[in-house]
This record gives sequence, structure tokens and C-alpha cells, in this order.
Amino acid sequence: MSSRLATNLLDLVGNTPLVELTSVGESRIFAKLEGQNPTGSIKDRIAKAMIDAAETNGELEPGRELLEPTSGNTGISLALVAKLKGYPLTCVMPENATEERKRLLRLYGARIVYSPPDEGSNGAVRLALKLAEQDSRYFMPFQYANKANPRAHYDGTGTEIVEALERVDVLVAGLGTGGTLMGTGERVREAFPDVVVAAAEPLPGDPVMGLRSLDDGYVPPILDVSKLDRKVLVSNEESVSEVRRLLDEDGIFAGVSSGAVAHVARKLAAEREGATVVAVLADAGWKYLSAHFWDADDVEASMEHTVWW
Amino acid sequence: MSVIRIPPTLRADVGGARNVEAEGATVRDLLDDLMSRFPSLREQLVEDGDVAPFVNVYVEGEDVRTRDGLDTEVRPGSTVILLPAMAGG
Repeated sequence: MSSRLATNLLDLVGNTPLVELTSVGESRIFAKLEGQNPTGSIKDRIAKAMIDAAETNGELEPGRELLEPTSGNTGISLALVAKLKGYPLTCVMPENATEERKRLLRLYGARIVYSPPDEGSNGAVRLALKLAEQDSRYFMPFQYANKANPRAHYDGTGTEIVEALERVDVLVAGLGTGGTLMGTGERVREAFPDVVVAAAEPLPGDPVMGLRSLDDGYVPPILDVSKLDRKVLVSNEESVSEVRRLLDEDGIFAGVSSGAVAHVARKLAAEREGATVVAVLADAGWKYLSAHFWDADDVEASMEHTVWW
Repeated sequence: MSVIRIPPTLRADVGGARNVEAEGATVRDLLDDLMSRFPSLREQLVEDGDVAPFVNVYVEGEDVRTRDGLDTEVRPGSTVILLPAMAGG
């Protein structure tokens, strides 16, 4: 493989490698390493796509400011794109996101507005929608409703997978906005109609679920649950246990949501014989190094106050 | 008998409990049993004969929307988890 020469860092978004993990019985698992994107997460794909789309259709022009609700990764990706294209960026983020995310956002030059820690990402969405309504300078890409989000995964993530593999029986990705699962799932299903599209979903700790009522719940407009074949809940403890297993068995240093995805991938691989399973690992472990779960006796208790994905 | 895990937002409706036991062979029966004892839950959990949009119901860790919805079978001793729909990203 030859080394790539790029004139702009954004040209290096996507085209991430697939690497085979330790097999489960006769089933093979391939991990797509999205941590190898320029800012270290899959969100570089959608940040670039949403800004490109907004510039192309004239919604975004010089002089506007960007605003986005995020638990961290989308904000960091947008911060890179915004810096290179010259837009100021404000991220609305739950106060209890990890320290590395806050530090990275500031280093890339973004401004952070904190949303209440006990409302998780839903609180960030609510606050950002309010701020955008109050100030017309803001252009909000709004990853939860922006069709360029799933489109980036249809054109990119999904196409890369179907070009690399001769068959895919199971596709597993994390559920946050739904963009990865909708876009990648659609593209992979076109090539392999019998594929099982499975979502790995976090079981959040009680302290970050403290919404006032269920009416404060949020379902991203781009997410159509009827397009999912499985939707599996994974505890923080199971995610971290799988993060450790990925390190021990495969040498892969993955993030918390990737641990959950690998957990579900192994579960579904074990349910089948001779299946080919693809696990989309959204980021690497670097942004979680300061977390206490690495040394905690009670992993679940050490994680319940933080928004992880 | 199965155990239903109650999210923080709904605990006031069930007298503060984190877990409530309920009887039923399907999610529908189980929720009916729960809602008959805690009637204020009905308008929050069910809408138009289906699970309300902002609630997720999991049986053995899988969302019933990708299984058989309210008709999803619940085996005795199962854990059923109720959660508010939450985003990430």
C-alpha cells in the first residue's frame, strides 16, 4: 500500500481500514477502525459532509457561526472543519462529557456552552435548538436531523465495507444519532439483502437520565427504527469489559461505544455459524484515558455520572 | 413473574421503586398489570395501542420494537427495562 499524499487534512477523512478480530467459533468479525480519521472518530465523516452540503446549497456563507449540540465527537470533528474553513463554532455539550473532549474542543478553537449534566445529550439538543432560534447568526448543522449525516455513511462507510468484503451477514454499529446505522445499513443491505443490521445502544446511568418526564425523550428525526433488525442494550460494564478484551486479544485500543459494538458483534457472531460480521468502531480509547473506570472496583458506579457517547 | 426496571423519571409514579414485579406472558400483559396498579403510568407508556414514542422497552436487553412490539413474549423470570429515548453523538 502506498502512502497517501494530501493537500488538505479533510481529504483524509474516511477510507478507514477493516481489520479481522479474533473469530467467534466459525464466524469471522471485521472491525472498521473509525478512530483512524483525522480527529480520531467516525464523526469526521458527517462533519465534513454536513458543512460541504450547507455550503453547496447556500445555507452556509462566510460570516455565519456554527452551533451544534454534541456529546463530544461531532463537536471535535466540526471544530476541525470549522477551523480549516474559517467559521467560528459553539458546541452545546453536557457538562459531564469527558475531560479530553472538552480540552480537545478548546484546543481546536471551539467555544463550549454547557447543558445540564443530568439531562444527557437530550439536554444539549434542547438548549442548542433554543440558542439557534434566538440568534440568526448561527447555522446549526444539527446532526440529528441532517440528511447529509446518513448520506455520508451511505456514500462512505457503507460503500467502503461492500467494496472490501465479499459478503456481510451482520452489520453492527453504535446508536447515537442513527446516522451510521441508517446510511451504512442501507448501502450494505443493497449489496447483501439478507444482512442483519444491529444497533448497540448504551444503558445510561441513572444520574444522566434524570429528565423531568418521558416527554423530554428524544428520537432523532433521521432514525427510523423499523430499518433496524436488532437493537441491543449494552451496560457500561459490558462495554468496558469488551474494550479490555479488544486490547488483550486484538491489540485494538477502542473507545467505550466501540466496546459496546464489539460486545454485540460477538454476541450475534456466536448466534450464527460461519457468519461474516462487521463491527463499526466509532473511536479509539485516547479520549477516555482520564476516566476512572480503568482502575475502578465497581466499574458501573464509576461511569454512571458521565455521558459516554 | 418478571421484574420491570423503572427509570428515574417514572419512579414517582410507582412510589419510588427502582424495580417492580409484574405478571404477564407478553409485554402487553406485563405493562397492563403494571399500569393497573400504577394508573398514572398509562398515558406515559402507551400511545395509540403501541409503546409511546419516547419510551423504549427492552426484554432480555433487546428493544421490543425490533421484535414483536407489545406482543413480544416475556418468559418468567425475565428482566424488562423501561428507558427514556435518548440521543448521543
